[in-house]
This record gives sequence, C-alpha cells and structure tokens, in this order.
Amino acid sequence: MKKDQAQSNNKTVVGKLLLAVVGMFAFGFALVPLYDVICDITGLNGKTGGRVDIAEAGLLIDEEREVTVQFVAYHNAAMGWEFTPNVAQLTVKPGEVNVISYTVTNPNEAVMVGQAIPSVAPNAAAAHLNKIECFCFEEQLLQPGESADMPLRFFVDPALPAGINKLTLSYTLYDITERSSKAKAVASR
Amino acid sequence: MSAAHDHHHGPAKGISRWLFTTNHKDIGSMYLWFSFAMFLLGGTFALVIRAELFQPGLQFIEPSFFNQMTTMHGLIMVFGAVMPAFVGLANWMIPLMIGAPDMALPRMNNWSFWILPFAFTILVSTLFMEGGGPNFGWTFYAPLSTTYGPPSTTFFILAVHMMGASSIMGAINVIATILNMRAPGMTLMKMPLFVWTWLITAYLLIAVMPVLAGVVTMMLFDIHFGTAFFDAAGGGDPVLFQHLFWFFGHPEVYIMILPAFGIVSAIIPTFARKRLFGYDSMVYATASIAFLSFIVWAHHMFTVGMPLAGQLFFMYATMLIAVPTGVKVFNWVATMFRGAMTFETPMLFAIAFVVLFTIGGFTGVMLAITPVDFQYHDTYFVVAHFHYVLVPGAVFSLMAATYYWLPKWTGYMYDETLGKLHFWLSFIGVNVLFFPQHFLGLAGMPRRIPDYALQFANFNWISSVGGFLFGFSQLILLVVIIKCIRGGKKATAEVWEGAQGLEWTVPSPAPYHTFETPPDPKLIKAQ
Repeated sequence: MKKDQAQSNNKTVVGKLLLAVVGMFAFGFALVPLYDVICDITGLNGKTGGRVDIAEAGLLIDEEREVTVQFVAYHNAAMGWEFTPNVAQLTVKPGEVNVISYTVTNPNEAVMVGQAIPSVAPNAAAAHLNKIECFCFEEQLLQPGESADMPLRFFVDPALPAGINKLTLSYTLYDITERSSKAKAVASR
Repeated sequence: MSAAHDHHHGPAKGISRWLFTTNHKDIGSMYLWFSFAMFLLGGTFALVIRAELFQPGLQFIEPSFFNQMTTMHGLIMVFGAVMPAFVGLANWMIPLMIGAPDMALPRMNNWSFWILPFAFTILVSTLFMEGGGPNFGWTFYAPLSTTYGPPSTTFFILAVHMMGASSIMGAINVIATILNMRAPGMTLMKMPLFVWTWLITAYLLIAVMPVLAGVVTMMLFDIHFGTAFFDAAGGGDPVLFQHLFWFFGHPEVYIMILPAFGIVSAIIPTFARKRLFGYDSMVYATASIAFLSFIVWAHHMFTVGMPLAGQLFFMYATMLIAVPTGVKVFNWVATMFRGAMTFETPMLFAIAFVVLFTIGGFTGVMLAITPVDFQYHDTYFVVAHFHYVLVPGAVFSLMAATYYWLPKWTGYMYDETLGKLHFWLSFIGVNVLFFPQHFLGLAGMPRRIPDYALQFANFNWISSVGGFLFGFSQLILLVVIIKCIRGGKKATAEVWEGAQGLEWTVPSPAPYHTFETPPDPKLIKAQ
C-alpha cells in the first residue's frame, strides 16, 4: 500500500539523518585531536614541541647568524607567585645550546603547584625553538615561602626561517594545585 | 476542499488541542507565536542595553547585568526568535507548497516544538539565580564561560542541548517531508524556492547542531569533571573553543538567512507579476553558499594569531561567498525590472530586505579583508554588520512572510494602513538604530561595554532613539495580527493577484486538513 511505502521511506531517511547527527557529534570531538595534530605539523598557534634529545642538538652552529630570544613570564589570575626570567633577552646563534633560568617564589601560606605553559611568537618560529630541558615539562610544587631556580636549556633550530631574527618565548604559570597529583600526595602525608 | 472530504475531525477543543496536536498548521502557529514572544523578550533586553548606552556613564544597570543582557539578547534572538520562526513557517507552508497532507513525522513535530518553551524557561530562569545568568556573550568563549562563568552556566548548557535537539528534530522532519511527501509531478526543480532553501538549511542544521552539542558537552566536562579541553593549565587550548564554536557558528548564520532568501524569492515575483528570474541559478547559488559556509569559519578569529597562509585562505574563501549572494541579489533585481509592481506591505518588506541585506553583505566583505579586520574586530562595526543582515535581513523577511501569508492563515485581509505604518516606522527605526553603529565601530568603540568614551556620545544617542522607535513599532505588528485573526475583509483563495503556487489553490483560511488527496498535477507549474 502507498501509505506503508511512505512509512518505510521515512524510516530510511530518518535512519540516515540520525546517523549523520551521531557522526557529526563524534566529528566535533574528533576535531580536538585533529586540531592538535595540525598544530604539531604546522607549528601554528605558538605551541612548541616537547623535549628534544641533546644528541639532536649537535647540529652545525650557524656562526653567521644571530637571533635575539626574549623571555617573558606571567602568572595566571590570582596565583600570587613571583615568576621572573633571570635574563630578559639573549642573543644566540642557531644550533648552539644555551641555558638560562627562571626564579619562582611562592609567597602564599599554602603549598601550591604550578604548571608553566610555553608560547612562542611569531608563530612561524614556534617549531624552531627546541627545549632540551625545561621546567615546563613538569609540575612545580612549592612549600609556603619557598623559592626555586628553574633551568631552561634550549637551542634555536638553524632551519629557522630567514626573515625571523627576534623570538619571544613566553611562559604563563597556572595554579593547578586542585588537579595535581603532587599536591594530593603532600596533603595525604 | 469539497464537502466529500469533510468527514475528518476538526481540531480538538481546549488546551489539549495545542498540547497533543500533530497538525502541521497548529504546530506552525505555535512556533510562530512562541518566536514572536521571544522576539519581544529579546527586544526588551535590547532596549535595556540601548537605555544604558543612551548616554555615557552608568545610569540604570550594573556592568555585570549589562553583560547578561547582551548575552541573553543574542541567545534569545538567535535560538528563540529567528530559528523557531523559520521552523514555524516551514511547518505551515512546506506541506501546502509541495501538496502534502502534513509533515512526514507529525508526532516528532509536536515534541520538537514543546521542548522549546522548557529550554527557554530554563535559560531565562538563570537570570534569577545566584551569580546571575550567562554573562559571556552569545558566543560563550572559553575560558570566560568555563573557568570564569557563573554557576548558572550548567543550566545554560542544558538549555542549549535542548534547543539543539529541537532544531535537529525539526530539520529531520523537514528533510523527510520534502524528500518523501511531494505530490506527484512536484519534481525537485519545480519546488518553490522557500522549500529548496529550507531543504538546504535543514542539511546545514544536521551538520552543525551536533557540533554545538559537542562543544557545550566539552564545556560541561571542563566545568564539572576535571577535563581540560579549553584549559591551558591542563594542556587544553582556548583557541580550540573558537575553532569548534565557529565551525558551528558560521553555518548557523546561513541557517538564519537561507530561508529568508526563499521567502523573498516567493514575494518579489508575486508583486512584480513576473516569474522569478533565474530559478535554477537561485538553487545552485543557495547550495554554493551552504557549501562555502563550512570553509570560512576562521574569519571570525583573524586576530588569534593565524599563519599568513591561513589568513589568506579564509579571506579569499569568505569573499567568494559574495559571488553566489550577488547572483541572488541580481536575480531579485532582474525579477523586479519592468515588472508591473505594486507595493503592498509584504513587498515593501521584501524590497527593504534586498537593499538593507545587501548593505550588510557589503560590510561583511569589508570585514573579510584580514588586515582591516584587525581594526574592526570586536567593535561596533561588527555589531552594525550582523544586525544589518539579521534585523532588516532575516527579521524583515519574517515580517514580509507574515504579511504575505497571514490572509491564508486567518482567512481575512490584514489592515494595510497599519501594515504600511509598521513598515515605515520599522524601516526608519532600524536604520537610525544600526547605521550610526558603523561610525562608532570605525571610530573604535568596542562591543559589549556598558560605558564608553565621551566622543561616542552623539552616535549612541541617535542609535538609542532609533532602537526605541524600532522596538515599540513592533507592537503594531502584534495589533495587525490580532485584528486580522478577529476579522476583516474576507480573503480569496488566491489572496494576491500575481501569486503562484499550490498554497493559493486551497481556500483561505486554509482548512485544518489539506491535500489529503494529491493536487491535480496540472496545477504544478515550473517556477
């Protein structure tokens, strides 16, 4: 009968469309890792890569070229930590390994855990600032009133695009006391 | 309809008619009334904003409440007024236009409407909660809406989920109706453009509403379950939010304008007494706009620090949209060219739509130019742009549609004098309201601020006067509709002299049940 035909047509259409709805919902979540992958490949968004081995750092040093690296440090919102780089800027040669340090102090009366998140400007340089050792790879736990010196060993990749001769490496320190496992370990002691 | 078909029950009596109805006309009417109520509520919020901005300094409200007003105004107008109004028109008109007895899935139709009052009750109730309602703008960027949002954000998320579910069900219903319920002889390329634009809009809804649901779900997890999708401290990325939101958000703005194109394409030929110029190109232009809407989202976020290649891609892709849109505008103009035009209220609104929407389109092309967007970003220029495409664009098309089909719905002619008064006050009001905002934006006034520098005082004053003029003029529309329901000159079946299409072959008012037997295929003409 014609009516049954219409009913079954409707079922097919509704089924396909519901599948599309579920698919697009999943696609929304798939965009999260996809976005990270695209940022990794292209070095967009100022995201820098993870740890680079020191062996890889044995690149030819480009003696001809000088690049200025500026260091800035912020802490997020009401964290209250003091957080400063010990040098404001450094002139480096691409390929050479440099070490600088940051001082961080917790003036609060409570144990706190911080996490530094790096960002590099301009974006095109983000993939070429390589960190061998960085405090941003781990969480920082400070007792009340405690100070720490945190080292950063890095090199600028000689593949840095020719037009760029000044980079800014910015760290933002976030209070992650609540979500940190380190803080929980201290609290249970 | 002949008496032989009259063995059906009429509508049920009392409140149960509206609660349990599966009739597309009843549900369409409920959608339209609901969206009109939301239009007045969202408009009231807009008047609170314009009252506060009438002069510099803080006069009436606290900045935090001001932020709630801008947020709620946006959310209610987008999700409560414009979208449900188009769904209401789809419910009423699509079955009549394609010769179908009802929507394909009448019970789901009832459900998708009745979700809305609950969703908006939840949303509006947040204003009375501790900490206030959402105050982060209708775009609810994280971490403003996650880390720094008020406690009521969770209710906001629930409300958005419910609206999304309602929209998705509405879209499924429209697609199933158009694909399966067309009368014999109604081929796809004979469908009225309103049906075509709604078919494409429904596909857009199905593609992007689930992404919006995903975004608010991620927000929910960030707020309550310790994930860090958008929290940089936990390895997430706030810019990710903007990418996800605008992947939904840009197609969303076309969801709000494509059905408007369909309405205008129905009205202009009627009152120009000519066939629509370039029907096929209209269909292809609509489909092209829908496709392009998916690849331009990042033009909303040029200032986040994209690489040059990305900025260029999104700039060119955005400018490309002007081509199919231009095809449409030229087709409307060509339809009017040498037509025997008369200027009844629907035609006035439709012509105003063509002119003012085009102005909004031009400022859109200006905003697409990446280097100048850095200056315009987040200023009143953006506010002026999107209000030009949404108010004298989408909202004017809805008003045109209301006047055009009101005699078919009620069986009586509306009051033409009041209608023209409503048009002219709205037309003057909307331009006085939004045109000065271009200048404010170019001079550097930022969006979403309750107070401003003295140099912006004059244009804000003018804009507020226009706002109150436009706002109160809408009460005339309410009077016209109520008068028209209660009586007036009897409308004929054709209503308009030059009207084409199946909806004009049924009597006015349209009987409760129509096209239970398919219409005569000879009535179905090429557009």
